[in-house]
This record gives sequence, C-alpha cells and structure tokens, in this order.
Amino acid sequence: MNRRRFLTLLGTAGVSTAMSAVGAKKAVAAGNQSFKGYKDSYGVLHDTTRCIGCRKCEQGCNEVNKLPAPKVKFDDLTVLEKSRRTDSNNWTVVNKYNVAGLDHPVFRKQQCNHCLEPACASACFVKAFTKNPDGSVTYDGSLCVGCRYCMVACPFNVPAFQYDEPFDPLIQKCTMCHPRIQEGKLPGCVEACPKEALTFGKREDLVRIAHDRIRSNPGRYQDHVYGEHEMGGTAWMYLAGVPFEAVGQQEMGTKSAPEYTAGALGSVPMVVGIWPVLLTGAYAISKRKEKVAAEEREEAVQAALAKARDDAAKALDTALAKAAKEKDAAVTREVKKAMEQAEQAFEEKFAALRAEGQSAENGDDGEGKEDA
Amino acid sequence: MEIHTLHEFMLHTKNITYLLMGATLVGFVCYWLFLTGRDKKIRKY
Amino acid sequence: MHDANTKSGLFTPGNIITGIILAVGAVITFIRFTQGIGAVTNLSDNNPWGIWIGFDLLCGVALAAGGYVTSASCYLFGMKRYHSAVRPAITTAFLGYFFVVVALHYDLGHPLRLPYPLVYSQGTTSLLFEVGLCVATYLSVLFVEWSPAALEWLGLRKIRNVVVKLTIMLTIFGVVLSTLHQSSLGALFLIAPGKLHPLWYSSFLPVFFFISSMVAGLSMVIFEGTLAHAGLHHKMDETHLKEAEGVIFGFGKAASFVLAGYFFIKTMDIAMDNDWTYLGTGYGAWFLVEMFGFVALPSFLYALGVREKNVTLVRIASINAVLGIVLNRFNVSLIAFNWNLPAADRYFPHWMEIGVSVFIVTLIITVYRFIATRMPVLYEHPDYKDAH
Repeated sequence: MNRRRFLTLLGTAGVSTAMSAVGAKKAVAAGNQSFKGYKDSYGVLHDTTRCIGCRKCEQGCNEVNKLPAPKVKFDDLTVLEKSRRTDSNNWTVVNKYNVAGLDHPVFRKQQCNHCLEPACASACFVKAFTKNPDGSVTYDGSLCVGCRYCMVACPFNVPAFQYDEPFDPLIQKCTMCHPRIQEGKLPGCVEACPKEALTFGKREDLVRIAHDRIRSNPGRYQDHVYGEHEMGGTAWMYLAGVPFEAVGQQEMGTKSAPEYTAGALGSVPMVVGIWPVLLTGAYAISKRKEKVAAEEREEAVQAALAKARDDAAKALDTALAKAAKEKDAAVTREVKKAMEQAEQAFEEKFAALRAEGQSAENGDDGEGKEDA
Repeated sequence: MEIHTLHEFMLHTKNITYLLMGATLVGFVCYWLFLTGRDKKIRKY
Repeated sequence: MHDANTKSGLFTPGNIITGIILAVGAVITFIRFTQGIGAVTNLSDNNPWGIWIGFDLLCGVALAAGGYVTSASCYLFGMKRYHSAVRPAITTAFLGYFFVVVALHYDLGHPLRLPYPLVYSQGTTSLLFEVGLCVATYLSVLFVEWSPAALEWLGLRKIRNVVVKLTIMLTIFGVVLSTLHQSSLGALFLIAPGKLHPLWYSSFLPVFFFISSMVAGLSMVIFEGTLAHAGLHHKMDETHLKEAEGVIFGFGKAASFVLAGYFFIKTMDIAMDNDWTYLGTGYGAWFLVEMFGFVALPSFLYALGVREKNVTLVRIASINAVLGIVLNRFNVSLIAFNWNLPAADRYFPHWMEIGVSVFIVTLIITVYRFIATRMPVLYEHPDYKDAH
C-alpha cells in the first residue's frame, strides 16, 4: 500500500513538473520545426575584394576592447607575410593570400563569425557562451572551467586561450562589440575600416546586399556568399573574387553544430530507458537458469537418494529372504537330522525289540510297519 | 520565452531529459521492487 | 607472505624508479599550478587538447572499462567462474577513474570549477556534460562497488553487508553509465567533422568508442592479471589462481570476437561514407596499420591462443589489443585531428606533459599495490568467504 502510494506520488510529481516545464515554452516540437534564429539580428559583410590589408581593423579592435599593446605596431605590414590566426591578444587578424593567376594579393579578415547556431555554445558544458538577440556570441568567463572544448568544436578555429595565465586563464574571442552595439555604436573594426570592406547591418539585409553585389558585378565576385549557409549560417559573411579555399576558407557543410551532436545526445535517454530493462532481463535469465539448475540438481539428488533407498530396501529384502531360506534349510536339516536320529533310535529300539521278540517268537508285524 | 535557435531548443529539451533520466533510474529500481515484491525469496543454494 | 616485501627493504630498483618519477611529477605539478598550462605543455590555440586528454582521459577511461565488463559478465550474465576477477577489475577501474579526474585538474584552466557543470550551470547540449555527469556518477558507483574490500579490511561487517546487497543494482547502473560515457567520449568529436580525418570521423564514433571499450576492458583484465601475477602472486588465494586461467581464456575468446565485430563495423563505415579513396593516402596507410595491426591481429592472436590453450599467446594478444586502443584514441584525438593544418601548426607533446602522464600512471600502480597488499582484492577475506 505504501509503495503504491509512493509510486503514484512519484508519477504525479514527474508528470506535473514535465508538463509545467514544457508549457512554459509554447509547444515546440523538433519534428517539423526549423529555427530561424533571432529576427533583426545584426551581422557584418566582409568584401575581400575591397580589403587592402591595412590592419586598421586590427588596431580598432585592439583599442575598443582595451587589449594589450601589440609587439609589432599595427602599421607594420610585414606581419602579413606570415599566416596568422586569432589568439588571446588579437581577436581579429588580417591575412594575405597570394592567389595563382592574380597580379595582386587578396586580404581577408578573420574573427569570430558569430554562428547562428554556435558550435562553441553547443559544446560548452557550463553554458558560458550565449547567442544574443543582436546576433553576437558572447562569453562569460566567470563560468568557464577552462576545458577548451569550444576550441575543439569551433569549425573556424577562432576561440583562443590564455595558456600563460596561471590562475585565471580564459577564452578570448571577438564579441562583435556586443557592448558597443547595445550602445548603438558600430563594432570597432567596422568603424576603423577606411575602404568600406566591412558593412555592418541586419543580417537579412546583408544577405540581400551581398547577392546584389554579385548580380551587378558578376565578373568581380564568386557566386557564393560564404557564411550564408555554412555551418547553419553565420552573422559574419564574406564575398570574394577567388574561390574561398584560396583565401583559407574551407568548404564546410551547411549542417549546424547542434545537428551533428543531436543524434548522439538523443540516444542517451534511450540507453537509460532500455539498458536497465535488457540488463535486468539478462540478470533474471541467468538467475532463473541458476534456479533451474539448482532445482535439477536437487531433483537429481532426490532421485539418487530414492534409488539408493530402494536399492537398500531391495538388498535388505534379498538378505532377509536369503536369511529366511537359510533358516529354513537349517530347520529342515535339523529336522532331518532329528528324524534320522529318531529313526535310528527307533530302529535300534526296534531291532532290540525284534531281537527280544524273536526270542519271544513274535517279530513279523514290526518290520513290515517300518518299511511302509 | 520563445525559442529562436536549435541550440536553445536542445538546451531546453535536454534539461528536461536529464531530469527524466535521473527519475527513470530511480523509478526502475522502485518498479522492480514492486514487480517482484510478492515473489518467493530466491533460495541461496 | 608479508616477509617478501619487508625483507628486501625500501630501496629496491622498482621503488627507486617509482620515487624518482613521483619526485619529478611533484616538480612538474608545482610548475603547472604556479606558472600556468603554457609553461609545461605544447598546447596551442590550434591544438587545445593534447595527451592529457588523448591519453589520460580517453585512454584512461577506456582502459578502466574492465570494471563494468567483468562485473556485468559475473553478476548479470551469470558467469560465476569469473568471480575472483571482479574485485581486482573493480579496484583498477575505481583507481583508473579516480586518477582520470585527478589528471583532469592539470588540463583544466580552472580546475576548482570542475563541479560547475554539475551543480552551477548545466550545459546539457554538450557531450562533455554527458561525459562529466556520467564519470562523476560512475566514480561514485565504483567507489561503492569497491568499498567492501576496504570495509572487510577495516572489519566493518554491517555496512559491508548492506553494500553487498546493492551489488546487482550497482552493476546495472555501472553498465548504463559506462555505455553512456564511453560512447560520449567518441561523440565529443562529432561536432568537429572538418577537423578529424574522414577515415576516423564517423557519425558512429560513439558506437566505435563503446565497442572498443569492451575490448579495452577485457584486454586490460588479462593484461593486469599478467602484471599482478608477476608482482603480487603471493597475495592471491587458491580460488583466484585456479580461476585465473579460465578468466584468461574466457575473456580472450570474448575479446577476439568483439574485435572481429569492431573490425567489420569500422570497415562498413568506410563503405557508408565512401572513404575508400583515402585509403591510398598516407593517412590511409596509417589507418590500415591500425585496422590490421591493432584490430585484426590481436583478434587473431586471441583466437589462436584460445584454440591452442596457450596462456602466453593470449597475454601477448592482450598487450596488442591494449596498444590498439591507445593508438585509436591517439589517432582520433591527436594524430588524425587537425589533419589539414600545416605541419608547423601540429602538436607534439612537451616532455613535461608526458611526465605528468607517467606520474599519474605511477600513482595508480603505487596505490593499487598499496591496496592489493592490504585489502582482500586478490583473495577472499577468510571471514567473508561464503558471503559472495
């Protein structure tokens, strides 16, 4: 009774929690639902055909984010000779690409692309990353455990880590100047760009602008807006006059990060639901086998015991019978012996009597009687 | 609260799923005890 | 029994080497926690995970799978003749997981925040959350599963009897949790399809990791048995010694067949993703080395050893299989990871990273020896003989 009540309570509690939790977020089902991201979120369009590699954007970024002063000054363009990536002190870098068949180099700026479905946020096990309604992906260092899984997950190799900081090492990456956007200002890099290679705006508008540029100048551009669909779409998008691989942008699927992990995550509850059933089944079967084996053993013992008892009884009977037989034989023998003795005695007596009778002349009757 | 991204959706559903998983494991034990509550004690041979 | 240890004194060659490793480890530990991760590792922004994850976490967890494999086969599948193998396996599994968590503190930027995902801010969309939750829970389960050895040693009969009653439930929980986190370790890499070489990347990575963890568990039980026989023979009771051969052949047979299955699913995955052309490249050759030298070969060696009733051959096969697991985890997390980066950006471990890994392994062995020479692990406690 107690157990039943407990189970009922458990059931009700579970269902009501689940219902209220589900109810709180308007019925949304995964099956036929696609997620369009935040409406009116911002982004930046980077037109690499306009970029001159002046590194002003790097400088602007450094200044507005109060990053440490660089080892090499921003107007020193020799650093472009080497390929660089974002690191903990440089949230954005410009790289130079010498493309075969082109008489001038191509420059491309790299920073966080602010994915619509950020891999870093999907990978973070403490929810340190947030996709904001303004389109930016920001990071809360006070939650960070420093596992660096976000760096593994990021398809664009953007997040960087403060390896040399012993006590409070954190992930560093571009915030799309989230605080400035909130104030109604432009991101530092966009503001600093002298060639309008960077265009800040609503992402929907930027997609339209990008395609307009391609349409109105097909000779100048590849017919591809990198970031429109890559990894589920990014807030930063790129235009280029050369294939994107030539400017260091790998071909990437259109599947977003959470789609890659959804299957594995989804099978977790299935394992939790089914494994105990199968394993308890295996246990019950082996237990049952053991029980049957034990019972069979028991039966075998009983049978053996019964047989033994039977055999013993039989042996006893035989022995008894034998003994009885032997006894009979002995009796007969004794009787015989006694009779023989009696006979002998009788004969002796008879002979004696006869002898006496003969002497008394009266002997035929006795002998005839004895022969019969 | 409206769900905008797949990430948010997954966060929401997995939160609930993980709670349910915990309840499931406990529930299995309770239910098994209920299920076998009237069985004869298995003799230890 | 005890004389063998005390007679030779503390300064045996083994103890001296252990002492040196522990001393060096302590120094590196000091540098790591005062100067930062960068001071002792070759990790970089492109290579955020090194051998502390590739070896200490991935291999550590896989090779500690002996716990769930052995306890499941004994308690759930009714293979009672493996009973004497359960305690050593649970002990190594517990130590393995415990030191995985210890090693993790070196790798984390904020080691003290390790409980955050569990108690403070749950990022449930992360496979790493799944791993963390399961490892934490499983470590507790293993601790309880292992505790009877300590409780018998301490003579706490009442608690010990309560714990023993929970065996079946704990074993089932153990298998569920192991299935989940062993597979989730593989699933960690699902989110990086562009970084992991296509021959190793597969949507079935979690399945591969789980199946190969069974091989790792089975092989480690055999391998550890070999080591324990060499060093702690005097601590084993008659049952353990008598059953040891049965365990070796039984587990060898199982490992051989599981490896065969693993070989087939890996091959079929190549077909499903149409990765055949990659087999002709350098990475393809390396992949074939893994598949034939460290999956097919140990499977075959196991089979031969079991058929010929050759203990030595099975032991060799177990070493081959264990190396195969290590190789696979290295391939997925380090060698085939970031395969399209230029050579200059690739990772090779700093000697101090290797030092920490060796330090951790040495700690495990030292603690295992401490436990096995004192607690009823390799033998049954005389007072509790009939109880289990």
